[in-house]
Amino acid sequence: MSRPIVILNASLYGDTTASIVVEDGVITQVGETVDAPEGAWEIDASGLVALPGLVDLHTHLREPGREDAETIETGSRAAAVGGWTAVHAMANTNPVSDTAGVVEQVYSRGQEIGLVDVFPVGAVTVGLKGEHLSEMGAMANSRARVRLFSDDGVCVYDPVIMRRALEYVKTFDGAVVQHAQDLRLTEGSQMHEGEVSAELGLAGWPAVAEESIVARDALLAEHVGSRVHVQHLSTRGSVEIVRWAKDRGIAVTAEATPHHLLLTHESARTYDPLFKVNPPLRTEDDVEALRAAVADGTIDIIATDHAPHASEDKDCEWAAASFGMLGLETAVGVVQKVLVDSGLMTWRDVARVMSENPARIGKVDHLHGRPLAVGEPANITLVDPKAAWTVSADALSSRARNTPYGGIELPGRAVVTLLRGAPTHIDASLNPPTEGVPA
Amino acid sequence: MRHLLSTQDLSRDDAILILDTAGQMAATQEREVRKLPTLRGKTVVNLFFEDSTRTRISFEAAAKRLSADVINFSAKGSSVSKGESLKDTALTLQAMGADAVVVRHWASGAAYQLAHGGWLHGSVLNAGDGTHQHPTQALLDAFTMRRHLVGSPEGAGLDGLTVAIVGDVLHSRVARSNVQLLHTLGAKVVLVAPPTLVPVGIARWPCDVVHTLDEAIEGYDIDALMMLRVQRERMTGGGSAFFPSPEEYTRLFGLDGDRLGRLPEHAIVMHPGPMNRGLEISAEAADSPRSVIVEQVGNGVAVRMAALYLLLAGEEGAQ
Repeated sequence: MSRPIVILNASLYGDTTASIVVEDGVITQVGETVDAPEGAWEIDASGLVALPGLVDLHTHLREPGREDAETIETGSRAAAVGGWTAVHAMANTNPVSDTAGVVEQVYSRGQEIGLVDVFPVGAVTVGLKGEHLSEMGAMANSRARVRLFSDDGVCVYDPVIMRRALEYVKTFDGAVVQHAQDLRLTEGSQMHEGEVSAELGLAGWPAVAEESIVARDALLAEHVGSRVHVQHLSTRGSVEIVRWAKDRGIAVTAEATPHHLLLTHESARTYDPLFKVNPPLRTEDDVEALRAAVADGTIDIIATDHAPHASEDKDCEWAAASFGMLGLETAVGVVQKVLVDSGLMTWRDVARVMSENPARIGKVDHLHGRPLAVGEPANITLVDPKAAWTVSADALSSRARNTPYGGIELPGRAVVTLLRGAPTHIDASLNPPTEGVPA
Repeated sequence: MRHLLSTQDLSRDDAILILDTAGQMAATQEREVRKLPTLRGKTVVNLFFEDSTRTRISFEAAAKRLSADVINFSAKGSSVSKGESLKDTALTLQAMGADAVVVRHWASGAAYQLAHGGWLHGSVLNAGDGTHQHPTQALLDAFTMRRHLVGSPEGAGLDGLTVAIVGDVLHSRVARSNVQLLHTLGAKVVLVAPPTLVPVGIARWPCDVVHTLDEAIEGYDIDALMMLRVQRERMTGGGSAFFPSPEEYTRLFGLDGDRLGRLPEHAIVMHPGPMNRGLEISAEAADSPRSVIVEQVGNGVAVRMAALYLLLAGEEGAQ
């Protein structure tokens, strides 16, 4: 087991100051004063915010298939650096994660690396083709214990297939995780359809293409009494539909990404494909609606949609470039910038939307998103909200370089990440001891 | 001026300087020996990722009449079809020492990326990028209008003129370039198109929009009528069609003899070419004395000479 750790004078959830003792992977003491076990590594955490380890419900690790862009190992390291203790790996790998074999491989590789718990998300349909349901039961009952199913990158477009999937996952209390995009309305689309696309001559991705699917799926979930989770909400209209569905008692949950909370379609004026993402960056008004919805709970979680791409897939014409951007290492800083420092949310709220709620939706809340309390697994993230840093693509741990935040200053970052008591990331500023620290 | 990427980057003074310079260039083309020594020793690359013989030969003629060395580089492949990437092509041209790159590309923004990607140092002249911009087309259109519709063209804008642009605005780089430039030069612009071929998000464009050609002819005192090329497949693409049929398009938006007759006496008819006779324009209208379509082609060479001269000779002056 790893060495005991004493976290001295941290600000728990950003509101009460206390020290935490971690032994054998478990929190053994929490209080104003604690007894340091022999040989413990003491972290002076004054000024640091202690949160339950962060849980990302939307990560692309690219392995198997595109190890040139990211591997489970490099992605795990990026996650640990970003303060995450669990990530949900999307199914659009090659081969697609649509069988028990592939999801078990991904899960096991994550455990073997040990920097973060990798929970595979299974494909809803075979090969993400939207035609036949994949063997979701086999994935659910595998060692990977899959509970979330998504064809992410592609919408489960056929309403009958969507209905069946929603019904079927009830067997194992799963949820269908939908990439809401009307495929017909978005053929060839490149960016948000509006003022900027009109001027730039890039084919538009209209807000209604997302909103109509969100509405359809909420109604389907209601009809069959199942759970649907909507990925990366990007428009004010989607927010209003989710709010309406929740008021109606429909089991719908929703996520927003850091990039949709910070960036707008104006970025496309540079024609730099680093800003090309799906769903696309929208208007300032949409950004405001998303921020307010995260703050008022309409949007349940922040998820990164970390999407690594090889540089040749971004260093090209906008229309030829792949959709997606990195997010694991910058999420905490972006969230602090747009939600905490702006006064919309507290760090306790951040714990809710980046750890507790995602763990609950992913059905891993027996392991993650637990309270910072005695007897709980020691999955802990320490954030230094005063450690401002300037993002540099070359300094990231991810294998890919496609961050849209290069040169942007973020106000804070995760400085320590503990997974079951083992440090998976210690910021150099803390002068980490050599023993028990990952290389 | 280092690059010519979009008419939006042009101030009124910039635009008038190009038009005036084009006027001087056009005058030299009346002489017996049309070749000028101005760009001797300069290398101009015509980089075409999309076929367009008309535009390419226009630029080629312009560069050659200024005594530049011209290299035609047809790069029909794209990074989509796994040909050479834009970046590698740019690096190649840089290594060959291109002073100016005239680029035609199927992707909106490709000219901007070439100019700002840090891959090459020469001037970039956008000869049409996707559905974004085609600035020399708008400049030659403005040049043609100024010659016909403005009393003493030298130094003048297009103040007070009304220009109707008819057709597929959504997919048209010509329309986008013209709306901006005509506005900068003081003209009023009316877009005439079915709602399916008007981009969403143009509320703030400096122009009016109407939905039939008759409405435009009745409602405006049109000085110049610019017909855009309509791609037949856009109207017959099954469930994705923008319009029910070519016949219906012609009925509502085609320029025929009758509509031509209802335009003001002095109004001119323009088309960027190539025309679909019988679709957006009838033979009668295309071949009428009010049509300046062939003249547009000739003016294209003069305007492109002016653009190349201002980009390349200006560069020398700065050194």
